[in-house]
Amino acid sequence: MDEIQKKEQATSTHKLGVYLWIWGLLFVLSFFSYLVDWFQFQGLLRHSLILIFMFLKAGLIMAFFMHLYWERYALVSVLLWPMTAVVGFIVLMAAEAKYTVFTRLLYFFIGG
Amino acid sequence: MSDNKLDNLPGGFEGMSHDMGSDQTAFKGAQWGKVMMWIFLLSDTFIFSCFLISYMKGRTSTVVDWPNTSEVFSLHVGGVPVPLLLIAIMTFVLITSSGTMALAVKYGYERNRKMCGWLILATAIGGLTFVGMQVFEWSKLIHEGVRPWENPFGAKQFGSFFFMITGFHGTHVSIGVIFLFIYARKVFRGDFDNAKRGFFTTMKSDYVAIEILGLYWHFVDLVWVFIFAFFYLW
Repeated sequence: MDEIQKKEQATSTHKLGVYLWIWGLLFVLSFFSYLVDWFQFQGLLRHSLILIFMFLKAGLIMAFFMHLYWERYALVSVLLWPMTAVVGFIVLMAAEAKYTVFTRLLYFFIGG
Repeated sequence: MSDNKLDNLPGGFEGMSHDMGSDQTAFKGAQWGKVMMWIFLLSDTFIFSCFLISYMKGRTSTVVDWPNTSEVFSLHVGGVPVPLLLIAIMTFVLITSSGTMALAVKYGYERNRKMCGWLILATAIGGLTFVGMQVFEWSKLIHEGVRPWENPFGAKQFGSFFFMITGFHGTHVSIGVIFLFIYARKVFRGDFDNAKRGFFTTMKSDYVAIEILGLYWHFVDLVWVFIFAFFYLW
C-alpha cells in the first residue's frame, strides 16, 4: 500500500479541463491553417500565417499533451536547446539552395 | 521516484543548474523510461528535420515550377474540386487521436482501467483511419502518374520528397498503431494495476508506460503539424 501511495503522489494528474481546452484549441488552429489555403492567401501573409499556426499547435502539443510544461527545466533544456542546431542547419541550407538556384539559372538559361 | 523531495528543490533555471550539478540523477522526477523515450524522440526529430530541410533545399533550388499542392491534393465532391480536403480530414483525425491519447494517460494515472483502455483503443482506431486515408492518397497519386523520379504536375523532385516524407511518417503511425493495440490489451488485462512483469523484461508494469506510449503518439502528431504546414500548405 505504501508503494502504491508513493506512486500516486509521484505521478500527479492534471485537470480534465486542461486537456479539453488544448484539444479544442488544436482543432480551431488546424481549421484556421486550412482556411489559409481555402482563401488562397499568397506571399508573406500566407507564409507567416502558416508558421504562426504551426508553432502554436506544436507548442500546445509539446507543453500540455507531452507534459513539458510540468517537467523540470533540466529535461526541457536538453530537449529544446538541440533545436538551435536544426535552426542553424536550416539557415545554412537556405543559403546553399539560393546559391544552387543561382548557378542553375546562370548555366541553364544564360550560359556560363 | 522522489516527488516529495522535488518540492524542496529549487525550480526554474536555478533548479536546472542544481539538477545538472547534483552528481546524481540529472532528470529528477522523470522516470527513466520517459527520459529514454524523449531522447529517442529528439533523435527522431533530427531525422525528420533532415528530410524537411532537404525538401526545402530541393524545392528552392529547382528552376521548374513546384506542383500546386492545393490542386494536386484536392478531392472531387459532387464534381466540385475541394482543395486539400483529404489532408484536412487526416489532420483532424490525427488531432482527435492525440486528444484521446492525452486523456488515456490521465485516466491511466488515476487507475481508471476501463476508461484508459477504451481511450487507447479509440486512439488506435484513429491512427488506423489515418493510415487508411494515406494509402488512399498514395494510390490516387500513383494512378495519376506520380513517381519518385517524375510526375505530371511540375518539378520532378516533388514525387521523391512526397513519398519519402509521408512514407516515413506513415511508418511511424503504423508502428504506433501496433503498439497502441498491444497496450490496450495490456491495460484491459490489468497488467498495470497488478504490476505484472513484462514479456521481454522482468520489471513490473506501471501506468507510466502509458505516458511513454503517449509521448510517442503525440510526437507523431507533432511531426504531422510540420509536414502539413511545410509540404501541403506552403
